[in-house]
Amino acid sequence: MKNKTRPSETSVAFYNNPETRAVIYQILALASIAFFVYFMIGNMFENIEKRGITTGFDFLSSEAGFGITQSLIEYDESDTHGRVFIVGLINTVLVSFVGIVLSSIIGLLVGIGRLSSNFMVSKLCMVYVETFRNIPILLQILFWYNVVLAALPGPRQSISFFDSIYLNNRGLLMPKPLLESGFIWVVAAFVLAIAGVIYLANWAKKRHDETGEEYPVFWVSTAMIILTPILVFFIVGSPSTLEPTVLKGFNFVGGLNVIPEFMALTFALSIYTATYIAEAVRAGIEAVPKGQKEAAYALGLKESTVLKKVVLPQALRVIIPPVINQYLNLAKNSSLATAIGYPELVTLFAGTSLNQVGQAIEIILMTMAVYLTMSITISMLMNYINARMQIKGR
Amino acid sequence: MAIYGKLEAREAPSNTKGPIHWAKENLFKSILSSVLTLFSFYLMYITIPPLLDWMIFDATWSGTKEEIVNDGARWIFIAEKFNLFMYGFYPPEEYWRPNSVIILLLAAVYAFSKLNNTKARVAIILAFPVITFYLVSGGIFGLEHVETEKWGGLMLTILVASVGIIASFPIGVIFALGRQSHMPIIRSISIGYIEFIRGVPLITLLFMSSVILPLFFPEGMDFNKLLRALIGITLFQAAYIAEVVRGGLQAIPTGQYEAADSLGLTYWKKMGLIILPQALKISIPNLVGSFISLFKDTTLILIIGLFDVLAMVNLTSKDTNWLGFETEGYVFVTMIYWVICFSMSKYAQSVATKYNTER
Repeated sequence: MKNKTRPSETSVAFYNNPETRAVIYQILALASIAFFVYFMIGNMFENIEKRGITTGFDFLSSEAGFGITQSLIEYDESDTHGRVFIVGLINTVLVSFVGIVLSSIIGLLVGIGRLSSNFMVSKLCMVYVETFRNIPILLQILFWYNVVLAALPGPRQSISFFDSIYLNNRGLLMPKPLLESGFIWVVAAFVLAIAGVIYLANWAKKRHDETGEEYPVFWVSTAMIILTPILVFFIVGSPSTLEPTVLKGFNFVGGLNVIPEFMALTFALSIYTATYIAEAVRAGIEAVPKGQKEAAYALGLKESTVLKKVVLPQALRVIIPPVINQYLNLAKNSSLATAIGYPELVTLFAGTSLNQVGQAIEIILMTMAVYLTMSITISMLMNYINARMQIKGR
Repeated sequence: MAIYGKLEAREAPSNTKGPIHWAKENLFKSILSSVLTLFSFYLMYITIPPLLDWMIFDATWSGTKEEIVNDGARWIFIAEKFNLFMYGFYPPEEYWRPNSVIILLLAAVYAFSKLNNTKARVAIILAFPVITFYLVSGGIFGLEHVETEKWGGLMLTILVASVGIIASFPIGVIFALGRQSHMPIIRSISIGYIEFIRGVPLITLLFMSSVILPLFFPEGMDFNKLLRALIGITLFQAAYIAEVVRGGLQAIPTGQYEAADSLGLTYWKKMGLIILPQALKISIPNLVGSFISLFKDTTLILIIGLFDVLAMVNLTSKDTNWLGFETEGYVFVTMIYWVICFSMSKYAQSVATKYNTER
């Protein structure tokens, strides 16, 4: 007679049981997706056969046959599509890296500027943010490329700085440092200096913990990192020469050429992303309660210590996640280079190579995989940082 | 017995108010501050007057191309190409159709805010896109059919953005609910979709929808270029909407879910009547932010060969009669985008302040 005392257990039909339902729903969802995928893959193979498209990744080892205007590794027309992929990938990384450095600097300055007590500075920073954030990034890239850089004079009327750096509508030309074998010593000195700085910082912290005495770690380490390599450079007899860039006929030869596509892309990406970074920096600093600062002052800490030990550690926790997100956006936005023809992954591989080979599925999936790997790696890194920076409660 | 008289409030000392004091406090408080102030003024001096000269005082506002004497902006180019910038290649005698969509939109928004009937509101939301489509595309009621290839300019930009917003919204909400679901398979499908879309650039998705998508469907099922772009943009935007809505869902206290459960509501009633109205309300500022991003991202359709308002700059400056007028075109389009995005972001801010009850 248990049934009578607890009627609910039996009176519920099996299809009304939430657990059974959950299983049914999930099987349905899975089945419909499986059907959809089956349907699409089937059509895909049929269409590929009809259109005579080859499949597989053999094209990666076939000859590309087109030139690339900028490559950090050796490349010529007889290289393979696989090589094109690598060249594009490196150029994507290059433009993202330069963009991230520039946008961080601008963003940090503008973000702090917006909180400045100086009326003019804070208003100018606000105007900067509100202007560039509300203009599409593609429009900014095209504007820099088609209007600003196109207005530069031709090679013979170049704007020159110190008669060694030239700016014209073919790009920025500057002398190229040629490294000789002795340069390895300079690199070694630089690495040693960094190791020394780490040791120094540990020693200074230990001494501070024990005796309370301060040591100007920042200034000493900056001097070490800059001065040691320079000193070694001259001691081993300047193992580097500059290859100048010279005007011959109608164009410049030799030296290092920064192509206008690269300049337009980095300017636009940095200026656009910097507005978001500036907002993140401002929000982070504003998120630190005023009482924290006042309490630190009340303890008698000096201003730089308050900033370094009280405000920044708390602000950074708020600032870092959105800023890393913006770095990721910058890297993804670098794909817009395809509108002005800067030779990066999307332009070269998903553009020129795709047009030649015609294997859209493989090529676009490979391109997507690159960005996806980048995003997932960075978001995993971000989760790790977030976990480490979380306030540990008692 | 002391007699207390009433004293008039004294004026604040003259050195704590007035413009000079304000300047001392806000512009010249320290040496660094003074240097920055002077530098800011210098920056304004070298940028603003030339810009104003170019845009207004030295600009050519009327006349023909041959009569240009000023070296400022030649706005007659914009006046000449205005219809291209607005409507693309849409036949001029049919301009009243996209125009009436705008009037219809205002009417719909007005009716939407006045009606308190949910069914009527849903009817408006469902009917509006259909009416708009048939009005712009034609082909029925004696309206001349206009192929999508002829759609262009600002009209196309707004159309793509609106379709992206309207179509991605329900998909985004579904994925947000899926990500919060207790069913592991549903949850992993949602997470997989959202993270995949957010991990790749929009341009690769647009390439995918314009090159690969036709391969996935049987022959004869033909998507035109615009529809492919719309599919790509909708799939993209849905993932971002899902993340915004998830943020809103997470902000709803567990008590609300439990209260709805204890009332015996079904899942959809619980979500539709209790959770989503609250979650969507607090996500409005972020939703608007996501719409602004989408509006800016619609410019990418020019890369797959559609003629939105930005593509028109390139197109019009190729006109042999009007070579070298890109600058005016870019500045004009910049102003259009800036005004629209800026007003939307101001709206988002005002909503955020209105709904923020914690301050």
